[in-house]
Amino acid sequence: MDLLHDSTSMIFTAPLLAQQTAFLLDGATGILLGVVISCLLIATGAGQILRRQPDSSVNPAIVQAFIRRVRAWWLMTAILAVTFMIPSPVATVILFFLISFWALREFITLTPTRLGDHRTLFWVFFILTPAQYVLVAMGQSQYELFSILIPVYGFLFIAARIAVAGDFKRFLERIAKIQAGLYICVYALSYAPALLYLKDWTDPEYSQRSTAGLLFYFLLIAQLSDLLQFVCSRLLGKNVIAPNINASRTWEGFFAGTGVTAVVGATLSLTGATPFNPWQSAVMSIVIAVMGAAGAMAMSAIKRDRGVQDYGTLVEGHAGVLDRIDAICFAAPVFFHLTRYYFTTLGS
Amino acid sequence: MKFNLTGPFLAGLAKVVAGNSVRWVDCHPDTCQRVYFANHTSHIDAVIIWASLPKECRELTKPVAAKDYWDKGWFRRYLARSLNAMLIDRENIKVHRSPVESMLKEMGDKYSVIIFPEGSRNDGTTLREFKSGLFYLAKKRPDLELVPVYVDNMTRILPKGEYLPVPLLSRVIFGPPIWLENGEPKVDFLARARESVSRLRDV
Repeated sequence: MDLLHDSTSMIFTAPLLAQQTAFLLDGATGILLGVVISCLLIATGAGQILRRQPDSSVNPAIVQAFIRRVRAWWLMTAILAVTFMIPSPVATVILFFLISFWALREFITLTPTRLGDHRTLFWVFFILTPAQYVLVAMGQSQYELFSILIPVYGFLFIAARIAVAGDFKRFLERIAKIQAGLYICVYALSYAPALLYLKDWTDPEYSQRSTAGLLFYFLLIAQLSDLLQFVCSRLLGKNVIAPNINASRTWEGFFAGTGVTAVVGATLSLTGATPFNPWQSAVMSIVIAVMGAAGAMAMSAIKRDRGVQDYGTLVEGHAGVLDRIDAICFAAPVFFHLTRYYFTTLGS
Repeated sequence: MKFNLTGPFLAGLAKVVAGNSVRWVDCHPDTCQRVYFANHTSHIDAVIIWASLPKECRELTKPVAAKDYWDKGWFRRYLARSLNAMLIDRENIKVHRSPVESMLKEMGDKYSVIIFPEGSRNDGTTLREFKSGLFYLAKKRPDLELVPVYVDNMTRILPKGEYLPVPLLSRVIFGPPIWLENGEPKVDFLARARESVSRLRDV
């Protein structure tokens, strides 16, 4: 009996060990990446064709914006692909740490803080943010501490540290702003690389696959839903959701875009990069699309309140890192938890 | 110019810490002799402005610093030398050795300088009144271009009395040069210069 137990555990752990040492990029993820690269090639070609059209048939400003968008996607895909080539998930964690750090920089720069917050901010940037990502890199064993470090201990610490600094002016407002920045830019985003460390899948076949596919699927659906909602808003939009916050997001675009995302998500599940079957993948895509839209709306509200167009306007005159990741930030925790509860044995 | 690695390194470090973006408003980088005058909110202001200049201008530009502070100890002296700083004696002042005189002498007909006419660091909300050095500089050398510079957000990155920086994003804005008008009184000129700096905050 023991021998049998040992041998079965050998079978189950051996692929896992192999996966630890091999590239994160396995066959299924490769197929997914291939699909994305083909789409980008088509998009690049379309952009070049559109650019050669006479100005009367297409608006050159829109074509320029489209070409710039496609270039940004190439860059994102290239960075992710290179990171996945490194045979350790730590590289991806470091990548997301850097993104978090930069996003938090943009967030706090736009948020008025007082001199009394200086030391607290130092803690937030140099202790809490790295600590969160160290916990991510320690994997599922640290799941509990990872999921409460910032929203429990971090938040209490921020309130206490600002009180100790001795400046009571707009106290509640100041702690809330720093907490919100830390929560959105660091805590919520850190759930994306945490996907790499999910294990004990209920589907034994998926246990042999690389979780890089899951992360890539998530990022792809989040970006795609944002794009599809934008396109559908342009084509069908009539009722704007909240004109004061974002004039281009409409209910029609939201529903149609989410629907198309669900279809695309169901199709992408056929690559085998995720543990979902097509209808599960469709539901997951809807969740990502809804949360992504919620994130984009919430971050737009903050921008309107501060009177800026993009988080990057302060920096270079084009959109900042935070404008690119707002959808991912809101969708990552929900996607992580749903996957963990329903597709691994850890949840049940 | 002798081989210097610390200067570029410090400039790079300051750029990373302060994440600064540079804007030239109605003004362009040039190697002609200039006086960059800026608001003063933090210890690393001078380094940030110096690092924001293109390389060929940087080699010809000296941040002006107080000799009594920067000439103490080998480390401060070393830093001052790496940053190409011009140390001005503000204690031992005599008739022909006023700070403006010695500054002009060191500038010769080649170097530009970075100065902070407020004298000491402000609290980050309003600019202090400008000291008169800028006026005498302009009066003695009317050919110098006086370029206003506004450094934004530095007070939050490294406020007065703190030693650890918080890596927020800052901005350095260079504005259109001003000159001393014929017969312009000192008070009027200094007010105008101060206005030319604070105006850049909103562009």
